[in-house]
Amino acid sequence: MSNIGSYEEKYKTFKWEQAEEELEYGKNGIYNIGYYCSDRICEKGSANKLALIWEGFTGGVKNFTYNDIRVYSNTIAKFLQDNGVNMGDRVCLFMDKVPELYLGFIGILKMGGIAQPLFSAFGEEALFTRLDDAKTKAIITQKKHLGKVRRIKDKLPELTKIIIVDADDTTPQVNEIHFCMEKSEKVDKFDIVKVGPEVPSVLHYTSGTTGKPKGAQHVHSSIIAQYITSKWVLDLQPDDIYWCTADPGWVTGTSYGIIGPWANGVTQVVLDAGFGTEKWYAFIQKYKVTMWYSAPTAIRLLMKEGLDVVKKFDLTSLRHLASVGEPLNAEAVIWSEKAFGKPFYDTYWQTETGAIVITNFPGMKIKPGSMGKPFPGIAATVVNPKTYEPIETPGTVGLIALKPGWPSMMRTYWNNKETYNGKFKNGWYICGDRSSIDNEGYFWFVGRDDDVINTAGHLVGPFEIESALLEHKAVAESAAIGKPDPVNMEVVKAFIALKPGFEPSGDLELDIMNFIRKKLSPLAMPQEIEFVPSLPKTRSGKIMRRLLRAKEWGEEIGDISTLEND
Amino acid sequence: MSEEIKKLIIDYVKKEYLEEDSTMEVNENTKLISSGIVDSFSMVSLKMFIENKFAIKIPDDKATPEAFDSVNNIINVIKEFVKI
Repeated sequence: MSNIGSYEEKYKTFKWEQAEEELEYGKNGIYNIGYYCSDRICEKGSANKLALIWEGFTGGVKNFTYNDIRVYSNTIAKFLQDNGVNMGDRVCLFMDKVPELYLGFIGILKMGGIAQPLFSAFGEEALFTRLDDAKTKAIITQKKHLGKVRRIKDKLPELTKIIIVDADDTTPQVNEIHFCMEKSEKVDKFDIVKVGPEVPSVLHYTSGTTGKPKGAQHVHSSIIAQYITSKWVLDLQPDDIYWCTADPGWVTGTSYGIIGPWANGVTQVVLDAGFGTEKWYAFIQKYKVTMWYSAPTAIRLLMKEGLDVVKKFDLTSLRHLASVGEPLNAEAVIWSEKAFGKPFYDTYWQTETGAIVITNFPGMKIKPGSMGKPFPGIAATVVNPKTYEPIETPGTVGLIALKPGWPSMMRTYWNNKETYNGKFKNGWYICGDRSSIDNEGYFWFVGRDDDVINTAGHLVGPFEIESALLEHKAVAESAAIGKPDPVNMEVVKAFIALKPGFEPSGDLELDIMNFIRKKLSPLAMPQEIEFVPSLPKTRSGKIMRRLLRAKEWGEEIGDISTLEND
Repeated sequence: MSEEIKKLIIDYVKKEYLEEDSTMEVNENTKLISSGIVDSFSMVSLKMFIENKFAIKIPDDKATPEAFDSVNNIINVIKEFVKI
């Protein structure tokens, strides 16, 4: 029996207050996420239960009980306080999936800081943009990523604490502090900083079509939604061994890789390694994973390796599977039934929504390729893109829209209230995605409503890529779009006009690709570059990205009356 | 010849995918993809480097994470297209 039971019944009757009561949120005036993910679970009698089983690439394993989570997060919280980090300061986590990342996240929240996780593969420019915007005070990182931080730190006057978790005996440079979590004096008792439910907790950066990446600011009470969606959608149960493959540098990795499972007192496993089909199956087999939350890109990579390799492993422990990041195609759902005897359940949400909002529920009839139905407590519809009025006719494509007011909704974009306000139309939060709803209430994803590129479930802004491209010595002008890709849904393609004196070549293409990979991230690296004499522009000189995208996707080009040249 | 190719690829991996001051040892058996040294997106640039250097075109079904997971594996892929 699934945790949610009857979806229809829950959708009719559920109020968010019920989740608050179940979580005992606010009891004794405590609202801090850090408490609910560690101390509360210990108080409930599960101090010795495993919270985290961590395995590194070379096979090293570390186990952490809920009491360990409590004590180590206390230790990190006190360390930050002792080093002058105060409530409200932004503290960046810039690490691989090492235990300090997970425990540091809880530690930052416990001392009232705002956790700002960033994907460790970000290049120095992507890192700089996000630290500069947030005026980040401290960064917790590893030696292997320190070079990127050192190269930009002089341009970040607010960044005064660079904490290195695996430092050696070398002398730290200015503003650097060595901190070894496991060798530090453990802090058993720590006064978790009192915060209200609306106090900022987490800052996750996401990309838009124009301008710099935006920091979606969440608050402590987001845990109410993350707790109940983990319980009802991921169906987390007390004896589960849960594996979320997402990196906490992205929102899935914190909402459902830290907060959701630990608020539910579940044991989770983490594999700090790159992708490998056999490695992943062996990991599931070794730890008898019961609930697996992954991404369509990973599922499609597994599909490429076929069914024979699946048969080499005992994966019968798997009880429930779910997927996030981009639409899960019907073929992947059908394949997973063949491979694992059960389908992947697609879940839809965004950095901004903080938690799952439209999804397929355990026990619900799955329509392969559909996003499912709204979570109880979420009013969702599709609206007309011009009037923002809900569309009543089934099967008609419109913009996905949600009634504001659920607990994990972002409260603003950091330093960017204007853009935040622009996300609301006619009383709806507009997600920026297009979908239709069928006559049974299932949502069907169609695509983005803007130029943002969704690659492997991560949003990449074309403007950020184009700006970086212009810094390459050979690039005169550029446009970046998403092109269809069978594994990643979309990958970045760049159209480039070269400066005089440069000729297209394979070596130049590779040089430009690597330039972007190092400056921004591997996700932002164009996987294809098309050299063109010039780019299509409007008469006012704006590059017509829409035209390039339509050609690439084989779509109608639409109105080109403003096109500058033939 | 094979030794030269090994060195060529190892040097490229060190230069492009490791930090300048990295002390990590990379040899022909070092796991590249499954270790996270080269992620699946960056693998595209590694593939292009190989294609440019050896004037070959590696089809997608041959360019799997497993096939690129070590320098030795990559050399085996190259051998399918050119005599080295």
